[in-house]
Amino acid sequence: MLELRIDGVAAGHPVLGQIDVQVRPGDRICLLGPSGVGKTTLLNAIAGLDPRLAPMIHVQPGLRVGYLFQEHRLLPWYRVRQNLKLVGAAPDDIERLLADVGLADAGDLLPDQLSLGMARRASLARSLAIKPDLLLLDEPFASLDPDRAAELRELIARLLDEQPQMAMICVTHDVRDADQLANRLWYMGGQPAALRWDRPVMAGTSASQISDQLRLLCV
Amino acid sequence: MTGSRYACWVALPLLVALWAAIAQITDTSLLPSPANVLQSFWLAVESGELPQHLLVTLRRVLISFALAMALGALLGVWMGRSRFANAVLDPLLVLFLNLPALVTIILLYVWFGLVEAAAVLAVVINKVPNVAVTIREGARSLDPKLEQMAQVYGFSPWQRVANVWLPQLFPYLMAATRGGLALIWKIVLVVELLGRSDGVGFQLHMAFQVFDVASILAYSLAFIAVVQLIELALLQPLERRASSWRNAGAQHA
Repeated sequence: MLELRIDGVAAGHPVLGQIDVQVRPGDRICLLGPSGVGKTTLLNAIAGLDPRLAPMIHVQPGLRVGYLFQEHRLLPWYRVRQNLKLVGAAPDDIERLLADVGLADAGDLLPDQLSLGMARRASLARSLAIKPDLLLLDEPFASLDPDRAAELRELIARLLDEQPQMAMICVTHDVRDADQLANRLWYMGGQPAALRWDRPVMAGTSASQISDQLRLLCV
Repeated sequence: MTGSRYACWVALPLLVALWAAIAQITDTSLLPSPANVLQSFWLAVESGELPQHLLVTLRRVLISFALAMALGALLGVWMGRSRFANAVLDPLLVLFLNLPALVTIILLYVWFGLVEAAAVLAVVINKVPNVAVTIREGARSLDPKLEQMAQVYGFSPWQRVANVWLPQLFPYLMAATRGGLALIWKIVLVVELLGRSDGVGFQLHMAFQVFDVASILAYSLAFIAVVQLIELALLQPLERRASSWRNAGAQHA
């Protein structure tokens, strides 16, 4: 569904280097790597936001991409419900999605009236509203307190279970996310940044085992 | 704090009182008393002259205002979004910003004759650069993160303008509107004085010929009142409505 043949050096890209990789339906990828290495940059490129790299990203025609940005990026002058409607969600779908993310009563609120966690769930509902084939999540659990983060992690895991064909790429710092959400791990590093590691996560692999492997890699 | 509610009623009555006193002392028709001005005002209203000329001027103001806002906003957005457009047009903008209104008016009357189109065009040319500069600031400050969001979610150009750009540009549009209305009606009076045979500016010209200061003041005050009414009845409610989302967010926080 998605094939990256990025040669950032040839494209004169300031951050990304060589990245050759394919994403198939049902892939649940956690993208790990040090801060500032270019994980968000890669996500933006996949979402088609980087014109220099666009020719190197081969997307199956008609692929729908949902993107949960780090900030909620809801339109602050519209209520939550209008924000979902604007991306083309049908009224019934809007109510179902809001209920799914635990915001059944918050549809009439403005984004500025939401807490950080609520705003992120509203934004998640919007990214699901377009019925994405590929869901991009940029640090979905950052700056949430541990309980809220755990709730959201479970919510995303449940939503993914309901749609086995949907692919996901989730940028994160935390290997526990990989443990709960991923069946494939990418580790990004270097300058220019490349994928240093692309391997499946076996069911039952614990977070500490993943960390150990990552530590080996980083040494 | 309670005092400031009534504070706005101090300066104007004082001014009127001062005016009345000086008029009383000097006792000359060159400075009529407030009562005389009021009388002139009623006479002009009763004869139907003042409403008629007021409407003519108001129509010119609104037509030139609408044209100037539309052109200025388009130009401003274009210059704010395109570095190339800005590089090409900025010197022209600076030139026209510094061109005296009087020069534009005289030149257009000379080239096109004393016609309505020349009058309106002169006002538009004077105002467009101001609108463009204000809107350009707004277009430059459009949030790039929301642009990315709109791109990812496949907003059509129209959706983007209506739902993403306009709400962000609204404060700049309001600023341009406020400044625009105040500036335009003043230029329209000059345009009328120099080359039209109706409107408030023309009436001021006639009054000037016979040193009828009472009429000059009556017409001016009537027009100030109309512009103030537009501000209170139209612009302020519009602004409150469109910025209500900001207050809702602030109350929560």
